[in-house]
Amino acid sequence: MSAPAEPVAAAPVAPRRAIWALLRSPSGAVGLAIVLLLVVVALLAPVIAPYDPYRMASGPRLAPPSWDHWMGTDQLGRDVFSRIVHGARLTLMIGTIAVGISLTAGLLLGLVAGYAGGWPERILMRLVDVVFSFTEIVIALACLAILGVGLINAMIAIGIASIPFYARITHSVVLVEKNKPYFEAAVAAGASHLRLIFLHLLPNVIPTLIVVGTLGVSTAVLAAAGLSFLGLGAQPPQPEWGFMLSSSRDLISGAPWMMIFPGLAIAITVLGFNLLGDGVREVLDPRQRAR
Amino acid sequence: MSAPLLQVRDLSVAFGPVRAVDGLSYDLHAGETLAIVGESGSGKSVSSMALLGLLPPRSARIEGGTAVFDGQDLLRLSDRDLRRVRGNRIAMIFQEPMTSLTPVLRIGQQLTEALVEHRGLSQAAARDKALEMLRLVDLSDPPRRMRQFPHELSGGMRQRVMIAMAMALEPDILIADEPTTALDVTVQAEILGLMRDMQARFGTAILLITHDMGVVAEMADRVVVMHRGRKVEEGPVRAIFGSPRADYTAALLAAVPRLGARSAEDGPRPIIDQPALPGAVVLHAEGMSKVFAGRGGIFGQSGGTVAMHDVGFSVRAGETLALVGESGSGKSTSGRAVLRLLEVDEGRIELEGDDMRALSTRSLRKARRSMQMVFQDPFAALNPRISIGRLIAEPMLIHGIARGSELEDRVAALLRRVGLEPVHMKRFAHEFSGGQRQRICIARALSVGPKLIVADEPTSALDVSVQAQVLELMLELQQSMGLAYLFISHDMAVVEEMAHRVAVMRQGRIVEMGPRRAVLGAPRHPYTAALLAAVPKPDPTAQRPKLPRLDLKDLPMGPLAQTAPDHWVAQ
Repeated sequence: MSAPAEPVAAAPVAPRRAIWALLRSPSGAVGLAIVLLLVVVALLAPVIAPYDPYRMASGPRLAPPSWDHWMGTDQLGRDVFSRIVHGARLTLMIGTIAVGISLTAGLLLGLVAGYAGGWPERILMRLVDVVFSFTEIVIALACLAILGVGLINAMIAIGIASIPFYARITHSVVLVEKNKPYFEAAVAAGASHLRLIFLHLLPNVIPTLIVVGTLGVSTAVLAAAGLSFLGLGAQPPQPEWGFMLSSSRDLISGAPWMMIFPGLAIAITVLGFNLLGDGVREVLDPRQRAR
Repeated sequence: MSAPLLQVRDLSVAFGPVRAVDGLSYDLHAGETLAIVGESGSGKSVSSMALLGLLPPRSARIEGGTAVFDGQDLLRLSDRDLRRVRGNRIAMIFQEPMTSLTPVLRIGQQLTEALVEHRGLSQAAARDKALEMLRLVDLSDPPRRMRQFPHELSGGMRQRVMIAMAMALEPDILIADEPTTALDVTVQAEILGLMRDMQARFGTAILLITHDMGVVAEMADRVVVMHRGRKVEEGPVRAIFGSPRADYTAALLAAVPRLGARSAEDGPRPIIDQPALPGAVVLHAEGMSKVFAGRGGIFGQSGGTVAMHDVGFSVRAGETLALVGESGSGKSTSGRAVLRLLEVDEGRIELEGDDMRALSTRSLRKARRSMQMVFQDPFAALNPRISIGRLIAEPMLIHGIARGSELEDRVAALLRRVGLEPVHMKRFAHEFSGGQRQRICIARALSVGPKLIVADEPTSALDVSVQAQVLELMLELQQSMGLAYLFISHDMAVVEEMAHRVAVMRQGRIVEMGPRRAVLGAPRHPYTAALLAAVPKPDPTAQRPKLPRLDLKDLPMGPLAQTAPDHWVAQ
């Protein structure tokens, strides 16, 4: 994941103009299209999916892609296309919940540490550094060991594991903003701690975090797929893409469609969020746009 | 006159739909200094960047014109041919010498590089030449400088290195883009002198780009005045200053503050009929000291920087005390210490008799009502994501002065008070010009009815014509409301216009303090005298007096002693 170390954006961009600018940048437009498609598919899953994703023997077992089963069927005769369509719901849920947890907690940690300075900052950020020194997946595994296996727990675990990342970015942005004269002007006006943090610092941190959060969704999706692949996330019969991948690995030579399509779905989703994140950064950061 | 060295005709440069330079023509002759002057956005820098192909390739477009140098049109040269001209026959020095030197390479390496590249000298020969150039630009101990990195040198030394680098190839033309704007005034005087020496030695033509009329008067033979991308006037320097033909030039010259203009008056110019006279003491500070701790290493703290040592002064209602000094003199630290934006190590600060340092966090917040600040960079001082109406309202909300429609009325009144319209309330800081932004900052400072305003270089980031308006506004507000100003500035001419009393700071101490007329008119401390002598005069007929050579180590920096009523000088 690429992390913008510098805070994004100097001037606020009007929402309507922001969307136009996003559509004009190639990566933004493609990313937005993929993500929108994913949302539509997730919302309309029961309408789009031709079969019940849980129903066994919707067709012959291990049938290759055909007119009836666009992406073939699995070893229990379930329609792969229908499972992928329903899986989009789980994927989006994973992305939003995991990023929601890490973003909120990381934002608060970073804001408080950066604003307070002194020993609270040192203690908080050193703690963050300690957690950061472990790979995210190791932390997620540790969390799962405590919380127990399951898709919801996997989302929480991934969320917790990436808190340090968001805390660090917020912290670095706060350090920059805190030294700008407008912040000093607010102090000189007699503003309280809460006012300084939430009215003056927060709005200037948010644009950076929107970008990082969008990019973070793809990491979370990938991590969840990984955990499910290991059997720690989604449980049968949930149509989770990572889990579908893992249950197909014995059949890779006999029924490659069982592996190709969930893999493609994950790859396209990750690509979509990455492109969207880049696009949003271009819109929010005037310096990047000038280049 | 011989054929011009560089002949620019009808040069036009556009950024998107905006024409930054529109049909500019001028000649540059060998050995002369041509100054291109203008305010920000006049296209003066863009036009010279275009000559060397240094414009941002995607956003800028050269729309037309020619720039003939040595029989070839610079605007139509290929990148390769241009590289052969650039640095070699036309050299350039920039405003910020730190950013134009590569931070990770030693000075010696950067100096010899161009010599090896363009002149084909051997390493040893290039090194000798580099040493000779460092000696020529008056840097002490050249062999040591060769081994140093840019960050080890001061701003003035870096600019000397830049000049050495530019002149080492003995170019025909030196383009100097605001070469002294980032430097202190005494250093500026030295650098300008050095540029003149180098010009006399090598016969280089200088294209000087600047906004500073003082620098123009001192350096230029001829002047091109630019405004909004167009040339409004061109002529010999004395004619431009003596009898400007264009209205714009006349207005520009009239807006330039001239040191000595008020030497016969005691106070600032009265703007209103019955200005408030200095009254009771609002701010009293004494014995303020502050040491910024060095970075704590593994082996404990490694030294510290003395930002303030035993600084004390007082300001009365309706009075302006100017803190003047060069960068690092502690003047900004003093201003921020008074507001308790940073904590002093020692000292006493009283605002209307209340000991500010004894206040709790809560009572300090209340006390902030009586003291406000105006910053140097008005854009940075306004939160970019909050509308200016809410920004101006914020201090009043914090102190519970008004709410609802009354609050809105007050914001509208404040905006009118500083010369803006109430309809501007909904806009954001980036939609205003620099001068308007500073007016907004002033409106915000006024909103809580303060007794004291600390103004830290409030007009340094502004163009001179805008500066004149903002200064006038500040004077008018002071005279009608009896505000006390602590006015921090490096610009002696501005200080003369604004101040009742002046305190000169150097290395964290006040070296001279007294009535403005006495301090600026008859300085008693050698450092004050040197500062005043270094200010370039916007008058080409004036001969600069020989700069006093200061022995900085032997300057009296001791305790202040009273030498005349209300006049203290360091012994």
